[in-house]
Amino acid sequence: MARTITYQQAINEALDQEMGNDPSVILMGEDIVGGSGADGEMDAWGGPLGITKGLYPKYGDRVMDTPITESAFIGAAVGAAASGLRPVAELMFSDFMGVCFDQIYNQAAKFRYMFGGKAETPVVIRTMYGAGIRAAAQHSQSPYSIFTHVPGLKVVVPSNPYDAKGLLIQAIRDNDPVICFEHKSLYQTEGEVPEELYTLPFGEANVVREGGDVTIIALGLMVHRSLEAAETLAADGIECEVIDPRTTSPLDDETILESVESTGRVVIVDEASPRCSMATDISALIARDAFGSLEAPIQMVTPPHTPVPFAGSLEDLYVPDATKIETAVRQVAGYSR
Amino acid sequence: MRDPEIHRLTMPKWGLTMTAGMVVKWLVDEGGEVAAGDELVEVETEKIASAVEAATAGVLHRRVADEGDTVPVGGLLGVIAGPDIAPEQIDLIVEEFAETFVPGEEAVTTGGPSTQRVQVGDRSIRYLALGEGGPPAVLLHGFGGDLNNWLFNSDALSTGRTVYALDLPGHGESSRDVGDGSIDTLAGAVTGFMDALAISPAHIAGHSLGGAIALQIALSEPARVASLSLIASAGLGPEIDAGFIEGFVAAERRRALRDELQKLFADPALVTRRLVDDVLKFKRIDGVADALRKTATGFVSGGAQSHYLRDRLGEITVPTQIIWGEMDGIIPASHAAGLPDSIETTLLPGAGHMPMMEAASEVNLLLAGFMERAAVTP
Amino acid sequence: MPLDREELLHAYRVMKTIRVFEERVHDEFATGEIEGFVHLYAGEEASAAGVMANLTRDDRIASTHRGHGHCIAKGVDVRGMMAEIYGRTTGVCHGKGGSMHIADLDEGMMGANGIVGGGPPLICGAALAAKVKGTRNVGVAFVGDGASNQGTTFESLNLATVWNLPAVFVAENNGYAEATSSRYSVGADSIADRAAGFGMPSVSVDGHDFFAVYEAAGEAISRARDGGGPSFVECRVNRYFGHFEGDAQTYRGPNEVEDLRANRDCIDLFRVAVTTSGDIAQADLDGIDSDVDTLIDSAVDEARSAPRPGANDLLTDVYVSY
Repeated sequence: MARTITYQQAINEALDQEMGNDPSVILMGEDIVGGSGADGEMDAWGGPLGITKGLYPKYGDRVMDTPITESAFIGAAVGAAASGLRPVAELMFSDFMGVCFDQIYNQAAKFRYMFGGKAETPVVIRTMYGAGIRAAAQHSQSPYSIFTHVPGLKVVVPSNPYDAKGLLIQAIRDNDPVICFEHKSLYQTEGEVPEELYTLPFGEANVVREGGDVTIIALGLMVHRSLEAAETLAADGIECEVIDPRTTSPLDDETILESVESTGRVVIVDEASPRCSMATDISALIARDAFGSLEAPIQMVTPPHTPVPFAGSLEDLYVPDATKIETAVRQVAGYSR
Repeated sequence: MRDPEIHRLTMPKWGLTMTAGMVVKWLVDEGGEVAAGDELVEVETEKIASAVEAATAGVLHRRVADEGDTVPVGGLLGVIAGPDIAPEQIDLIVEEFAETFVPGEEAVTTGGPSTQRVQVGDRSIRYLALGEGGPPAVLLHGFGGDLNNWLFNSDALSTGRTVYALDLPGHGESSRDVGDGSIDTLAGAVTGFMDALAISPAHIAGHSLGGAIALQIALSEPARVASLSLIASAGLGPEIDAGFIEGFVAAERRRALRDELQKLFADPALVTRRLVDDVLKFKRIDGVADALRKTATGFVSGGAQSHYLRDRLGEITVPTQIIWGEMDGIIPASHAAGLPDSIETTLLPGAGHMPMMEAASEVNLLLAGFMERAAVTP
Repeated sequence: MPLDREELLHAYRVMKTIRVFEERVHDEFATGEIEGFVHLYAGEEASAAGVMANLTRDDRIASTHRGHGHCIAKGVDVRGMMAEIYGRTTGVCHGKGGSMHIADLDEGMMGANGIVGGGPPLICGAALAAKVKGTRNVGVAFVGDGASNQGTTFESLNLATVWNLPAVFVAENNGYAEATSSRYSVGADSIADRAAGFGMPSVSVDGHDFFAVYEAAGEAISRARDGGGPSFVECRVNRYFGHFEGDAQTYRGPNEVEDLRANRDCIDLFRVAVTTSGDIAQADLDGIDSDVDTLIDSAVDEARSAPRPGANDLLTDVYVSY
């Protein structure tokens, strides 16, 4: 278990190993090879950030560049999944979901139910999300709650390399459509990852840090910001339990509620817009099922209800940081009726 | 030792990855007399909780760490000394320690112990080797375990001898191939491991399934075995909690696995979230479930142990001891009764199926003492 | 390849089954017993029958909201379809899909589709699966003149060419997208001409003529099977009923439908063709008519008496596992 690799390498390795393991796994996406039809090298990019680099040389035509037509290729991935393959489609930025939403929302998500249980659609859509790299309003959003809202979809938001590999392999083997949200600022983070193939079940939260005073629930990059805040707070005697749900659909209600029952105080940290979000959803869950345990109002640390701004000075104000989380925790910890 | 009269009680390093521990509870008041081996303070790491014992007799003059404090490995927990030491001298010791102690220094300068691999036939076997001298000791973990099951023991046993703790085939980070999963096959893998590292003869200590494997080796190849220590061993009777084996293999999620792991310990609180997570990480690796299932069928079938050698204990020629937790809920401690007189038997009150973790200091004394005596016995 | 007697009789049975099925649904819908939306295919039967006469069970099609005809022609169980339209547990989708979502993947039918233009991307996927698996199967996407304007259709035509997929796009141009004429909504003289912009051969045929459809689709499907890539077939057809049941069709010209029924009915044309040229007698076809009437009668009776899904069915089949 000593081997340390990056989140990006973990994703590449999951794809590589599962393609080696299962010939029905194919990859498609914009520039995931790079160089198709051109006069220079193939595998020139391996995706805009090089996540799929090296897979085309190894697996050839099972790794396919697509035209920049998200409806067609996401729909093709869905159709191929309903026809016996296990496609993994890369949607470069999750913001581009707007272009192909129908194929996910009305087709993939609903086949099984509409068709009376007779369809299986084991498609995976990997997509990059999150703010922090000055990519502005159309390349920085965190729209996982939109997909969590849709029955029939599963939604995965890994926060570290170990989870990224195990959840992606599970997603590929899973017989339902799965959307994997990869935070663009996490690709270079490192962690211990087994060399072998392994899966992580969906709907099992990770208690990243144990603590008895305040429960922090956070996803993706926000897990790291929350841990940072928790360390500072621990120095002042406030022990935070940090819970990473890892998947938003299914959601591990039980772990969240169990923690809230022991702390009575909750801060939810969410990088997505504040309305109709995972933060509000989890708040509602806690308010309904753990009301009796609450000793303070639930706090949510989210961006403001604005698009993601471009200028660094604005974006830094927009994204929740450790200081904001710390403030919220202190407020919750110090609250008394 | 700067002063043989003064003992600085420090945070131990349990296992390869421990960097700090939290003081849960002091078990001895300041000014209390302690004997060597007395449990002084309960410490919890992210993986496991255990007690730190006194290495020497004396008076616990100072509890430096408070309950709730997280102390780095090697950090000062308390000071034990003779009864007549002046309080000012204790102050000095504490001050001096605080000035000179650098957390993590030990790990940085020595690199810490790390595991190695050896090829045994088609299998790659991971192991940890500590200490120098012989005859060496080989530690065999139980079903579903790995070399970390010996985290409280391997270091303590490595004074004056090399200790090898290995991952059995299908377990830990060794190859997943368990062949037919039988005890014979696993025993063959262990003797292959000993051949590959030229370890022979060795003191073999086996826990649970590892005990049955050790027993098999002692019966079939006694020349390899300097002494045999069987801890809560399989292979000594038909009874076993087969539901545990089944549940352990089947558990895919934290809660289900936690419920199973708690059966291993007399005190279920010893099963921390991190311990459960680590076992889950192992179980989720491709091929592990199959290997475990196969291994289980190698020694348990129809709700009982299928491979037991109790009737052949009389044939064993090497010095043998048996250690059992009285509260063992997996394999009953009654299997330790009615054995040939030549076998030294110790029942540990308050321990469950994992005495080497739950009663680490007693088990360490028993193992080290027995190995020492066996080494000088012709 | 000319069709033999059995194949011709099968084609007639398909068309007649679609016609009687749709007319019966029209009548039953009027009684109020059928819930929701239904979009009837009557009038366009030769298109479904002509295309599907070239397909095997393992070939795949994606249909439209006007999907009953495609389902029947592809081999979906007629009784199960009727029960589905009635919202019963015995329906092919256990009453959870309804008219607009009838699917049977075992029969290669990937679903009627409530989204105009929803099917072409899916068929690219089915065709890709056939190509990756090397099966020689094809995927056929049916669209209407309405969906011929959708971006998803354009994108799919492009992708099918780029990946050289064994796909065929059949545009059933019935002249109306809901209540808007294709003369207004289609910004081209011919829907078939659009295919050239995506580097794909196309043909436009009289969709009332079963044989014209059969031959044009056959050529396209053979090309796809042989690795020659995608093709586009426009079938110019007419629908007899409204966009959906309840549509008074006041946007249509006076006597438009009556004229079509009297002079351009695809089943009448087929009857004349096969009874004048071959060894098929009127009586053979009359026998099929009577079989079909019996089938549809019993399908309706069975559907009516079948149980409706209840609370236990509400929560099932959202996921394979969750």
